[in-house]
Amino acid sequence: MSPAPHLQVTGLRAGYGGKPVLQGIDLAVGRGQIVAVIGRNGVGKTTLMRALMGLLPATAGVIRIADSEVTRLAPHRRARLGIGYIPQGRDVFPRMTVSENLQVGETLCRDGAAPDYEGVYRDFPILKERADQRAGTLSGGQQQQLAIARALVGRPEIILLDEPSEGIQPSIVQDIARAVRDLNRSLGLTVLFVEQNLDMIMSLAQHCFVMDKGQITASLSPDELHDRDTVRRALAL
Amino acid sequence: MLPSIFAFLFQFGDAFAFLVLAAAGLAIIFGMMGVINLAHGEFIMCGAYVTVAAARAGLPMPAAIACGALAAGIVGIVLERLVIQRLLHRPLDTIVATWGISLIATQGTLIVLGSTMPGIGTPFGSFSVGEFSYSVYRVLLMAIAVLLLIGLYLLFHKTRYGVLARATIQVPSMASALGVNTAVVHSLTFGIGAALAGLAGGLYAPTMTLVPTMGTAFIVEAFVTVVVGGGDVFLGTAPAAVVLAFVKALMINWYGQLFGLIGLLLAVIIVIRLLPRGLSGWILRGRE
Repeated sequence: MSPAPHLQVTGLRAGYGGKPVLQGIDLAVGRGQIVAVIGRNGVGKTTLMRALMGLLPATAGVIRIADSEVTRLAPHRRARLGIGYIPQGRDVFPRMTVSENLQVGETLCRDGAAPDYEGVYRDFPILKERADQRAGTLSGGQQQQLAIARALVGRPEIILLDEPSEGIQPSIVQDIARAVRDLNRSLGLTVLFVEQNLDMIMSLAQHCFVMDKGQITASLSPDELHDRDTVRRALAL
Repeated sequence: MLPSIFAFLFQFGDAFAFLVLAAAGLAIIFGMMGVINLAHGEFIMCGAYVTVAAARAGLPMPAAIACGALAAGIVGIVLERLVIQRLLHRPLDTIVATWGISLIATQGTLIVLGSTMPGIGTPFGSFSVGEFSYSVYRVLLMAIAVLLLIGLYLLFHKTRYGVLARATIQVPSMASALGVNTAVVHSLTFGIGAALAGLAGGLYAPTMTLVPTMGTAFIVEAFVTVVVGGGDVFLGTAPAAVVLAFVKALMINWYGQLFGLIGLLLAVIIVIRLLPRGLSGWILRGRE
């Protein structure tokens, strides 16, 4: 018997003000997997991430993290189950310094675990240089690195990464992809990410769900992910 | 010449201390939570009554004042959990709700404890410079006001609570997604604001007559300071208190108490006309 998936979603529905966006999402992410959710703009990818984090209430369906059901749990309770969330648009705390932003991320640490400053400063050395700078004055790429570091410093077991490459120069996109892949290999970090950037998807994802009109319409295996045209077609679906 | 300079400095310091102490709690609750707390004066009254009751029961003055602040803080946390929390994103409704709490508190105190309560004398006596004599206690209040600002700065910048509270005000959804229990942060913040109001009440209790409406003696100055200062406690309240205390002391020196108050209100009108987001909005202009 295979172990329970790290994240399992069945029949998830959610929306804004009575307007349904997610119309019955089913997906599962195994422990230590890197999985992408792709699809055109407006199909509900960010809404899915917000619903998984609890920032948007589910109107139906079930979300499970490892062995516990979290569908009705408040965001901070879910986060403390070891979920690191990196939203679209970064959402750094603009009037706080880089190091203060990271301190907020420490809240994720499980009982007794020490925050992983060594790891995040190794992966994102710019943050150590800029430790005392206010986050609102960082460039977009630096803010993205900060948002990821802020989620990683509390040693999460799974991260939800929403369009990490959006509006960021290619070299930083590669740094981010490398850091995520290293953490996945060394610590078995589970990753669910939303992405439109073809290179990022192909270099990072081990499995891929295609989303359209609030539902998962297809799933791409590792072999299919190596074929550029297949992925491009899925993105344009 | 020297005595009159000292008189001005004393009046400036006295006004500064009063503005800072009266406004700190209001500024924190407004700046950190966006709640306009019209029951601020009643938290001050609560602090004053508890302080005086504790002092008359034999507690030394500092302990009595601590009791007053603590009592107001606890009442604040309870009210936040019962009422404010449910109205957090409805600023106009919180105004009505806290106004209601204010009326209930004032009238309730009047019914239960009567129209006045025997006070306690101002400790420490006085000293003279030139032909005027000054209260030692008021000098102490000036020192406490400065220490309070330093203490609040340290609380919000050097403690874990402070970092989480600032994160919660800046991007609430992100703070909660990182595991911060924002409801607890809000309760604590409101409690701290209420406790600071209680502290102001306790500190000024020996200098005032204890009546159920005594909060109104503070509320005008507290609101004026917060309005001039804007949303930030350190970049707003403190500089606003300096500016307003200077204007007030100047006017008092020239024309007396009443003109001090008139000068205060004129200063507010001018500042708000020129800087609609208050002093902190002006200091933070162009920054995110």
